[in-house]
Amino acid sequence: MTVVKAVTCPVCGCLCDDIELTVRNGRIIKVKNGCAMCEAKFLSHASDHRPTKSMIRREGKLVEVSLEEAVRKAAEILVDASYPVLYGWSSTSCEATKVGIELCEEIGGVIDNTAVVCHGPSILAVQQVGIPSCTLGQVRHRADLIIYWGCDPWSAHPRHIERYTAFSEGRFEKSAWRTYINKVKALVGSKKIESAIRRLAIKSWEPAVARVEKSPSQYLSREGRKLIVVDVRRTKTAEMADYFIQVEPGKDYELFKAMRALIRDQEIEVDRVAGVPVEYLEDVVDVMVSCDFGAIFFGLGLTMGSAKLKNIEEAIRLTRDLNMRTKFIIMPMRGHFNVAGANIVSTWETGYPFAVDFSLGYPRYNPGETSVVDILLRKESDAALVIASDPVSNFPHKASEHLVQKPLIVIDAHMNVTASMADVFIPAAMVGIEAEGTAYRMDHVPIPLKKVVDPPEGVFSDEEILRLILSEVRKIKKERMEAG
Amino acid sequence: MELLIKNGYVFDPLNGINGEKMDIAVKSGKIVEKVSKKAKVIDASGMTVMPGGVDIHSHIAGGKVNSGRMLRPEDHFRDVEKKTAVTRSGVGYSIPSTFTTGYRYARMGWTTVMDPAMPPLEAKHTHEELSDIPIIDKASYPLLGDWWFVLEYLRDGRIEECARHVAWMLKATKGYAIKIVNPGGLEAWGFGRNVHSINDPIPNFCITPREIIRGLCKVNKLLHLPHTIHLHTNNLGMPGNYLTTLETMRCVEDMYDGGKPVMHITHCQFSAFKGEDWRTFDTGAEEIAEYMNAHSHVTLDMGQVIFTDTTTMTADGPFQYTLYTLTGNKWVNHDVETETSSGIVPFQYRPKSAVHATQWSIGLELALLIKDPWKIFLTTDHPNAGPFIGYPQVIAWLMSCKAREETLKKLHPKARKKSLLPTINREFSLYDIAVVTRAGQALALGLTFKGHLGVGADADIAIYNINPEKLDPSRDYEAVIKAFGCAAYTIKGGDIVVENGEVLKHVPGATLWVNVETCKPCEMEVDEGLKRRFREYWTVEYENYPVDEHYLAISRKINVKADV
Repeated sequence: MTVVKAVTCPVCGCLCDDIELTVRNGRIIKVKNGCAMCEAKFLSHASDHRPTKSMIRREGKLVEVSLEEAVRKAAEILVDASYPVLYGWSSTSCEATKVGIELCEEIGGVIDNTAVVCHGPSILAVQQVGIPSCTLGQVRHRADLIIYWGCDPWSAHPRHIERYTAFSEGRFEKSAWRTYINKVKALVGSKKIESAIRRLAIKSWEPAVARVEKSPSQYLSREGRKLIVVDVRRTKTAEMADYFIQVEPGKDYELFKAMRALIRDQEIEVDRVAGVPVEYLEDVVDVMVSCDFGAIFFGLGLTMGSAKLKNIEEAIRLTRDLNMRTKFIIMPMRGHFNVAGANIVSTWETGYPFAVDFSLGYPRYNPGETSVVDILLRKESDAALVIASDPVSNFPHKASEHLVQKPLIVIDAHMNVTASMADVFIPAAMVGIEAEGTAYRMDHVPIPLKKVVDPPEGVFSDEEILRLILSEVRKIKKERMEAG
Repeated sequence: MELLIKNGYVFDPLNGINGEKMDIAVKSGKIVEKVSKKAKVIDASGMTVMPGGVDIHSHIAGGKVNSGRMLRPEDHFRDVEKKTAVTRSGVGYSIPSTFTTGYRYARMGWTTVMDPAMPPLEAKHTHEELSDIPIIDKASYPLLGDWWFVLEYLRDGRIEECARHVAWMLKATKGYAIKIVNPGGLEAWGFGRNVHSINDPIPNFCITPREIIRGLCKVNKLLHLPHTIHLHTNNLGMPGNYLTTLETMRCVEDMYDGGKPVMHITHCQFSAFKGEDWRTFDTGAEEIAEYMNAHSHVTLDMGQVIFTDTTTMTADGPFQYTLYTLTGNKWVNHDVETETSSGIVPFQYRPKSAVHATQWSIGLELALLIKDPWKIFLTTDHPNAGPFIGYPQVIAWLMSCKAREETLKKLHPKARKKSLLPTINREFSLYDIAVVTRAGQALALGLTFKGHLGVGADADIAIYNINPEKLDPSRDYEAVIKAFGCAAYTIKGGDIVVENGEVLKHVPGATLWVNVETCKPCEMEVDEGLKRRFREYWTVEYENYPVDEHYLAISRKINVKADV
């Protein structure tokens, strides 16, 4: 039995690297420090359901073949295609992405990563206005105001608050954990009293009416770290916030505009913006302006709202305005553990973070045209390679339909929905558990991924599989050239 | 492989060779006395032969550079490179993609490039990109001037521990030299503030920029690092800052023992501004040059402005913020916990802007007024004052009064009136150019095997289509621009990688780094208490922090022995 320390968790963009794993007989049996998602993933490597054999579709059925045969078939599909798309990348290592880009350049296809359906709008907004940001440690040490907007870290990035923001212990700012506990105790107490009163007066019971927000001043005026949550619903994160702003769905843009106006001391002539009383907003803006270091974290609630990149642009502009008065940063809550890395590698090799088209022999970028979903909807692609991703279960139906109609190669550790519809399936080692590599945290800090256990026999890493395909592609091209 | 470069006019300042017609022999990647008859012969008659170019300061890789790339698709749209049988595709312009960066340097005959700003926490990123850049050798300087450990050690006067810690950091980040950017200012920027002189106290740390500069200068000496401290001054980019620069240079005068210089002030153009504000903006080059001519403990590089659309990026967060408020352009800020900050703002230098035009003039004035070319090197602080592909143009300005006059004509009248250039007749010779683009830079970097063509040196050679007996660079500067922009041959480690500006081979380049052997082990490696502090300071684990050697495509370790 061995204990491996400082393992990086390959689940979400937090990329916690303090995980301790206990390994016995080549199996991970215990996970320490991780969240529930982390534990589930680390323990899943030895699942009985994992495919370990390559497969090719013959007469409508996936049948097991040798790796060589699958690689050959995949290479043939890619060489024969005139406009193939290579999609996924966010849950694999940067090293694999690099090989993917080389492969894509070789076959003149399009390479796109999952950012296109999550934080793609954030990237487009950054390309319009820039982004004042920092690494997460900077927030831990300095931030006395934390705002989560359109995201629910308690559920999606479970250790974000504890490791990097409100409940972390920094040099200049202390953890707000104790305050939260006190608050919860008080809340539980008051709820008990309320229900006791209700039970006493049971006869005059009436259905609950929508709760009107208390004025924010009560909690926001205290010393120390403060947490504000803006969301359309009262999430778990909102429960622990010092103040929760419930914005009407689709009205975030208005809220940003109103806040920007208030920061500039402009009058707002309505009583409510996006469902929030202006006087409450004034209090919140006061807190924002008077903090020493504020941080906004935003999620898909903003990027996938109807205003998409305009939401993010406005959020960034708000942050820029706040920097006139104090220090403020803003950061997207990246989902997959290496989606930031996929963007970063793609950028340094091609100049562009996603949706890169090599069909003209050089990198071209025009999201909306060269982005995968749009290509699929226009039915332009004639083959696809999907790696470490499951687009069929989350792309628009029409896009998925075209994706599976054309020859489809899937490289994945699991038999997901997309894999089950593949023409060629190659099982892969789980990056960060059975294969090493590098990943980038949501704040662009590179962290190494460890190989803790061996992959099942005959299963290779994404990087190795892609290299095999690339060299097979080159071989086929050479053969065909020689054959004239 | 053996190679013989015959009959070229050789300019090799480190060996005192000034345009002599001679042969250069190459074997197994090194310059040798002679080669066998089987050697491949390059006929360089009528051509200029120089050591491969060395760039002491060029932002080519890492988090900040890449954020710049991501920020500016519009920068790439107009400048693309197609894939060929041997080269990878890519894009320019001011922030080229990795492959393109390597090819473009090689096409100009440059073979060694130093990336000057690596946030230690993100060092892996820098190295991943550096390893991706083909052909050229490179290295990177970790940013250490605002690192909490340094601030605390220097505050407590524990210079030896500080030195060992810096040694550990160089090893951990696979770095080459100590980089200091706006000392103290970056820590202050953590809360949106800055420092405004080298004597300002740094908030929360009870120490001044002067103490940081002097402290790290001492550390540099204790560790016997090949390069000096590499300094980006306080108040950079602010009118009147030439006084800060002079004060900064003076503050380490006493550490000079007559041997090697003790400080390198980088992109000095940005630190040589006179005037009260932007309206009264003027050149402070004369004062700086005067000081430089009287002292030998400092080297500089130019940071020469080129009139073009470029992308400014420095670790100087507060300065980039100022630039954003001045221009209203898109702005990226990226502070790195415990260590440093950075910022990016796209920027266009226009000849019709009085300030930009004066900046252009300042760079050249510095190079021309400082008499000894071994004290100031050619850079554009790529991409801050212009992309590196502008070097041939800068060479032309240095070599030709006529070239300077042509540009002067296009400037804002106010800047033209202020410019000292019309009063300067000096024109650089090819020998001088070889000093400021190769020999001087290699010497300042302590790269004994680069920047010259003596026996034993790396066979990094550039051959240009310039016949020094026929071409008058002063008159025919256009030919100079053409020749330096497109090397007849570039030889890297004995390989012919470029011929007539065309890349023949995609070979990896090495990454140089300094491995300091300290007498006592660094406290960080043995003290559990410090490891705990590590966890308090950073959000990554101690084990995951250092850059493993496998991140370097080719690792070239330079061993030095420290006093501590």
